[in-house]
Amino acid sequence: MKNILPDIKGHWGKFGGKFVPETLMSALEELSCAYDEATKDKKFNEELDYYLKQYAGRPTPLYYAERFSKKVGVKVYIKREDLLHTGAHKINNTIGQALLARRMGKKRLIAETGAGQHGVATATVAALFGLPCDVYMGEDDIKRQKLNVFKMKLLGAKVVPVKTGSKTLKDAINEALRDWVTNVKTTYYLLGSVVGPSPYPVIVRDFQSVIGEETKRQIRKLEGRLPDYVVACVGGGSNSIGMFYPFFQERNVKLIGVEAGGLGLASGKHGASLCKGSEGVLHGARTYILQDKDGQIAPTHSIAPGLDYSGVGPEHSYLKQTGRASYYAVKDKDALNAFFMLSRLEGILPALESSHAVAWVNNFSSNFKKDDVVVVNLSGRGDKDVDIVGSYIKEK
Amino acid sequence: MSRIENKWKELRKKNLKAFIAFITAGDPSLEYTYKLVLELEKQGADIVELGIPFSDPIADGPIIQASSGRAIEKGVNLNKIFHLVKDLRKKTDIPIVFLSYYNPIFHYGVGKFVEDATQSGVDGVIVADLPPEEAKEIKMFSVKKGLDTIFLAAPTSSTQRLHKVAEASTGFIYCVSVAGVTGVRNSLAQSLKKRVEDIKKITDKPVAVGFGVSNSKTAEWVASFADGVIIGSAIVKIIQDNLEGKDLVNKVGEIVKGLASAVHRV
Repeated sequence: MKNILPDIKGHWGKFGGKFVPETLMSALEELSCAYDEATKDKKFNEELDYYLKQYAGRPTPLYYAERFSKKVGVKVYIKREDLLHTGAHKINNTIGQALLARRMGKKRLIAETGAGQHGVATATVAALFGLPCDVYMGEDDIKRQKLNVFKMKLLGAKVVPVKTGSKTLKDAINEALRDWVTNVKTTYYLLGSVVGPSPYPVIVRDFQSVIGEETKRQIRKLEGRLPDYVVACVGGGSNSIGMFYPFFQERNVKLIGVEAGGLGLASGKHGASLCKGSEGVLHGARTYILQDKDGQIAPTHSIAPGLDYSGVGPEHSYLKQTGRASYYAVKDKDALNAFFMLSRLEGILPALESSHAVAWVNNFSSNFKKDDVVVVNLSGRGDKDVDIVGSYIKEK
Repeated sequence: MSRIENKWKELRKKNLKAFIAFITAGDPSLEYTYKLVLELEKQGADIVELGIPFSDPIADGPIIQASSGRAIEKGVNLNKIFHLVKDLRKKTDIPIVFLSYYNPIFHYGVGKFVEDATQSGVDGVIVADLPPEEAKEIKMFSVKKGLDTIFLAAPTSSTQRLHKVAEASTGFIYCVSVAGVTGVRNSLAQSLKKRVEDIKKITDKPVAVGFGVSNSKTAEWVASFADGVIIGSAIVKIIQDNLEGKDLVNKVGEIVKGLASAVHRV
């Protein structure tokens, strides 16, 4: 891209920005400055690398999924973010931001969580760096992600149930923002996705870009070339941006984002803000959102709690608008199917979020060319989802 | 001259501070809001703020969140609120200011919103999640149509930001008393006085203080150094407690009378 994006005010074209109460504006300015300084500091970068490698377990393998490849008729590589400490890509970002919080002298961490993966990853770094931590989580998500709730408590974090609105991720972000507005001087808001006001979408993208950078190196070594497709699921969009970003300039690599199709796009019960939403302003950014005729934020549905969100990162909206990335939706039942498929064919239990990306490859299989190389980002492992999957099996 | 400007002029002449009352439009119904606005005026409110209900009000505490939720359940939207204001304008000239989040306005269409707001008799707009940096579009239309745009100054705003806020604001400046969300608080920090004085050093525009002012004592204290006092949650709380009661309007009137006279005593 010729112009450097986002611009100084955090805009990608018309998307992004800082739509927040005035009380937070100074905090966002402080965060921008601290982040700029940190990224230029050799010591900060060394520390980040150290924890990513020695603590989180990077680099993660890029695994050739032979049996799955045979099934779909195209070469599929799986980027194993599920093997990271805490079981998902979320730790890449929480280590980075916790180091930043420490550098800024903040005494307390807060976070929102949907599936609980970001909550666990934040509780983990809070323990690691000795910071108290409150995690906001929708009551409905608490019910369906019990394992992660228990993990957060074991790690010493407080899980604060959110009873307002739809009781899912959107409402958890609202509550975290309200906490931050109140305790802005002492508290660091460790946002878990590429959403929210500037500079969060950039900070989270940068910390997640390690996924795409490693993939690029690994696939070159394995295949001697770049892939034809890079596929990742999109809720807020952090694992996908992390995977896509290093490929932006590689015009021959198709970037595929997969949203939650829920019960089908026509049913109105889904989380596909890019496929089915319209422009709006939510959680501090102008982006695609799901809303009703009066501009009220619409409730969403997905089998995967991490994709159950009415907004999406502003950079994804920009990628959709420019056509650099393409976005599709995959239904609950197809994601579930992919969950079983990968479990049985490869011995890998994928998170239901990541199962959407796997499902897209399966659904798309007849459209690939024979020699295509596909990379799927397996953003997390499915241990947390066995209750949900179990209840679906029972229903059948 | 706008109704808001006129009001400040009139108050200054009488040497009075402004009492600004907030209620959510459509809570518990638009019929009630109509009656309540007239009651607020009768009991001494100088300016009325009408909250535009939004599903995700991040700057609001539990009382106004719940109020907003009740209005949404009733199907209240901008179109209906514009009609309400039109009806009110047959009865009253009290300045009416909308307090909204940006998405309902953005979705309605910013230009169309400003057009319809001024047409129906709305005098100003405060957008809780719209700092001056993102307000170019709404400012452009508002200047053209004469709709006042009121921005918020926070306890965390730097001097540089206060300048930005003061410059962008017309009608008055909304000084947020505490870092936090809207709600009832028993007392406010002494530093608030200094903050208001700091803003007044920067600008001649009137400064009204809101967030957390909830009783006559605090209201009187705030009125001793600010040009206006904004009270929301304490009033909405009365609405919440009397949803079933027949004397909702009188109950609201009672508390407003007390608060208004506290502000006007100064």
